Amino acid sequence: MTPHSDITHITVVQGEARPLVDAAEEPQVMTFPHLVVRELIAFLALSIFLVTLSLVWDAPLEELANPSVAPNPAKAPWYFLGLQELLHYYAPFISGVLLPGVVIGALAVIPYFDINLERKPLWDGTHTRLKLAGIWGSVVALTALFYFTAAHPVWPIIGPLWATAIPMSLPVFGRRSLPFWIFLWFLLCAIALTVIGVFFRGPGWEYTLPWRDGIYT
Amino acid sequence: MNRVFRSIVRHGFPDTNRNRSLAVFTNFFLHIHPVKARLRAIRLTQTWYLGGLSAATFFILTVTGILLMFYYHPSVPRAYEDMKDLEFVVSAGVFLRNLHRWSAHMMVALVLLHMIRVFFAGAYRPPREFNWVIGVMLLLGTVLLSYTGYLLPWDQLAFWAVTVGTNMADAVPVIGGDIKFLMLGGNGVNENALLRFYVLHCVVLPAALLVGIAVHVWRVRKDGGIYLKKPESNE
Ligand code: HEM
Repeated sequence: MTPHSDITHITVVQGEARPLVDAAEEPQVMTFPHLVVRELIAFLALSIFLVTLSLVWDAPLEELANPSVAPNPAKAPWYFLGLQELLHYYAPFISGVLLPGVVIGALAVIPYFDINLERKPLWDGTHTRLKLAGIWGSVVALTALFYFTAAHPVWPIIGPLWATAIPMSLPVFGRRSLPFWIFLWFLLCAIALTVIGVFFRGPGWEYTLPWRDGIYT
Repeated sequence: MNRVFRSIVRHGFPDTNRNRSLAVFTNFFLHIHPVKARLRAIRLTQTWYLGGLSAATFFILTVTGILLMFYYHPSVPRAYEDMKDLEFVVSAGVFLRNLHRWSAHMMVALVLLHMIRVFFAGAYRPPREFNWVIGVMLLLGTVLLSYTGYLLPWDQLAFWAVTVGTNMADAVPVIGGDIKFLMLGGNGVNENALLRFYVLHCVVLPAALLVGIAVHVWRVRKDGGIYLKKPESNE
């Protein structure tokens, strides 16, 4: 306050609301050298792996692009082959726009989805019958959906559905939450679709066996 | 000599905890870390270093990508001829191209694995929920970066993979045709599409991803470091 001023300024400082480091009383080490050295080792291991790979395996290069000669099959890179495999079952709008849109949307809202916040175990002893009925009702409905609405029954989605629903119903795995099982189902579907698309599809998007016919790219 | 050294790093030899702390927080590159780390947080089995390795592949891709740019022209058929030159004319050209390509596949794989790790750890829950959303955007960015790069060699593989992908844009109701036109700068995959993909691949997407990664890693710190289970509970 300067003597010339007759106005008093009051500033209200709010307490900081910042998340605290979870636990303060656990063993800590100096970042330098302990973490820095580990990061360096991880980086070197990755580099050695990639350099070795690049020395022994050449990136593909085919003929000059030719818009009038379509290769058969024409495959996208591996991370899109799950989607391309879905194109075999559903019209492009469903397989290329709707389903991926739903999956990306679902991924983004995971943390805002109420049940998720607490990650409550499914079998906590409450409403067990109701939950079982809900689960198996949904499983049957989804199975019907993916069996009847597609050009071919979508086994790479129905299979993982049952593979998730069965252990989900067992009290042994009762500590797992609903989001856990849904994510697991998505993950298994993505793996199944991708593996089929990469290894088991050939000309005309017909099934092939990689050990008999090789891998089509 | 010591004076010059001191002007660069501003701390003594890191053999005391004080100097080790200074080594971290007076260093631009290391100051993303706290000076001390919880022992459990830096164990290999906690994160498998997957986020860090995703960033590492991005770094390798930037370096090899810039080198590749010295030999590449985004025009038809020059782009393809440049691939042939890398193979037959440029010293270690094949190796350079291989390293860029395999690192790109590796990055997509590492980012996916990182996401799976984060989910099963339950680390997406508050206060980290928005960082998870940023992560989803980084995943999309990574895939787009990889995909735009896929067209650049302008061979049959590149051309048809991108044709399959952009045909999907057609399936979007009402505006699908316009989206496709915007992506390709035309109705089919042609020289304009090559130029667009090149600019996206070499400038727009890497810049966006760099900023995104910076925000993501910064928020990891602001959210109290990586998520660890409370020592006594199984939650
Ligand atoms: C370019 C891609 C990415 C980079 C470079 C990156 C980098 C990192 C780094 C360095 C960490 C520190 C801990 C760790 O390594 O696990 C981290 C944590 C985290 N990441 Fe990523 N990330 C990327 C993509 C993603 C994606 C796709 C997601 C999820 C959709 C995600 C969600 C998270 C979350 C929630 C954390 C906090 C984890 C915890 O507290 O244990 N990130 N990220």
